[in-house]
Amino acid sequence: MTLLPSAPPPKKLGLVIDLDVCVGCHACVISCKEWNTGGYGSALSDQDPYGADVTGTFLNRIHTFEIVPEGGEIVGEAGDARIVHFPKSCLHCDDAPCVTVCPTGASYKREEDGIVLVDEDKCIGCGLCAWSCAYGAREMDLAAGVMKKCTLCVDRIYNETLAEVDRVPSCVRTCPANARHYGDLSDPGSNVSILVAERGGFDLMPEQGTRPVNKYLPPRPRDRLADKAMPLAENSDGAKGFFAWLDGVLDRI
Amino acid sequence: MHPASSIILFTTLSGLGYGLAAMLGLGLLDPALVSTKIAHVLAILLIAGGLLASTLHLGNPQRAWRALSQWRSSWLSREGVMAVATFMPLLASAWASVFHDMRLPITGLIGAAMCGVTVYCTAMIYASLRAIQAWNTPLTPACYLLFSLAGGLVLAASFATLGEGLSKWIALAGTVALAAAWGVKWAWWKRLRTMSPISTPASATGLGAIGTVRLFERPHVNENYLTREMGYKVARKHAAKLSLLATAAGGVLPCLFLSIAALSGTWMAATLCTLAVAGFALGMLVERWLFFAEARHAVMNYYGG
Ligand code: SF4
Ligand code: SF4
Ligand code: SF4
Repeated sequence: MTLLPSAPPPKKLGLVIDLDVCVGCHACVISCKEWNTGGYGSALSDQDPYGADVTGTFLNRIHTFEIVPEGGEIVGEAGDARIVHFPKSCLHCDDAPCVTVCPTGASYKREEDGIVLVDEDKCIGCGLCAWSCAYGAREMDLAAGVMKKCTLCVDRIYNETLAEVDRVPSCVRTCPANARHYGDLSDPGSNVSILVAERGGFDLMPEQGTRPVNKYLPPRPRDRLADKAMPLAENSDGAKGFFAWLDGVLDRI
Repeated sequence: MHPASSIILFTTLSGLGYGLAAMLGLGLLDPALVSTKIAHVLAILLIAGGLLASTLHLGNPQRAWRALSQWRSSWLSREGVMAVATFMPLLASAWASVFHDMRLPITGLIGAAMCGVTVYCTAMIYASLRAIQAWNTPLTPACYLLFSLAGGLVLAASFATLGEGLSKWIALAGTVALAAAWGVKWAWWKRLRTMSPISTPASATGLGAIGTVRLFERPHVNENYLTREMGYKVARKHAAKLSLLATAAGGVLPCLFLSIAALSGTWMAATLCTLAVAGFALGMLVERWLFFAEARHAVMNYYGG
């Protein structure tokens, strides 16, 4: 059924991604692929995996952006531009266009927790849902001919055979920097809602009218490098004791 | 957007087929003539060929029937349902003309209306996608409907020259429909080429408040499904030339040929109308290619395109 749930889901499970913390290591990309290629639905295939033109299906990808403040410049490491690593997976939108455009009923949004899934036995691989998603969260698997997307690791988060600590999405469990958080965004007291409130979490492309569940936390303000004193390596004026002596000896050589 | 030949063929052929079927349903041609019988069969072949072409890009075409189930929310499903349903009156009309030399007036009218609704559903598949701003306008279904009407009239004119002779009214209606269709298409192009994008790298990342957002690195070195499917770009200068070419071949020439044909003898008129059909079909293929190639998808904000 590709009508969206008539009542808002009692839970809105999703991710909160901290752009201040992500180091762009791509560990979540790999753990997502590893978990999901053996989990929900068909495998995540690669085409020409050992060749020069390797491509494959991923449910989570990391983009990297460069942001130059007004009047700022990019001069190697001393410039004002900052690099932000940007993980992106399905945002499990409340008004998910990918669900309503699906002609077969394969795409659906779960009534109980708002997770957006594809029933691969119904999917004809028309690709229209990928066209409708502004976020690029859906990729057709070229081997299986069905649409793949982030499942919010639905086969982990409710999986009682896993230890409790592992009942979170694979990407969240893996992230070495703790940049990805999982929880119920409809509950204002949840860990993720508190993060969003405290850090000013925002929606991606609100103008698309999709009302994403996942939120992003902005990078914290940064000191301008130009305002900092010259690094010591360039300048030995303040050296004391042993270093003052060494400085003098080296000057004399 | 990647201009997939299966989809370009589908929208072009089915647009022509539905246009011709609608004109037959309206009773523009004499049902007892051989030329009209051929027209009936051609209309159905064009529609069926288009639908077949559209299944070529499916990953799992064997369960395409499932696409008829979600008409309550999906324009693609509505289009499928309408396409199947429209075959009934069209086949009945064709049967009546081919085997009984007669026209079924009510069935014909219902069929013509259903042709229009089907073409509208096809256009709404594209027009309803907000992520592709170029398509997300009521001008899109207007173009599809007018092009289908114009194509139907040009085809009907050329079948008339092979049968009862081209009436001035069909030629006039064809000329007016062609002018209207290309007029609306130019309004569509003007909107596309002057609009400012609703989504930008700044809104896609939410980082616009810090400064100017630029892609530094893609997630991977090679292409992926998204960049192949949605990352198609066509040079602006080529797009401008191609739209002129499409308008010349698919609009100006057919208008000219139809007008001269209306005043010419049988063989001259038949030749001119056939050329008008060929020009129109070529113009449509170029127009549909541009429809996809020029449309930018919001996801390209994440891929620096
Ligand atoms: S991010 Fe894309 S795929 Fe995910 S729910 Fe939203 S529109 Fe659908
Ligand atoms: S690709 Fe599959 S899930 Fe997506 S719209 Fe088509 S049938 Fe539905
Ligand atoms: S929640 Fe699961 S499926 Fe979604 S991006 Fe994370 S690891 Fe991948």
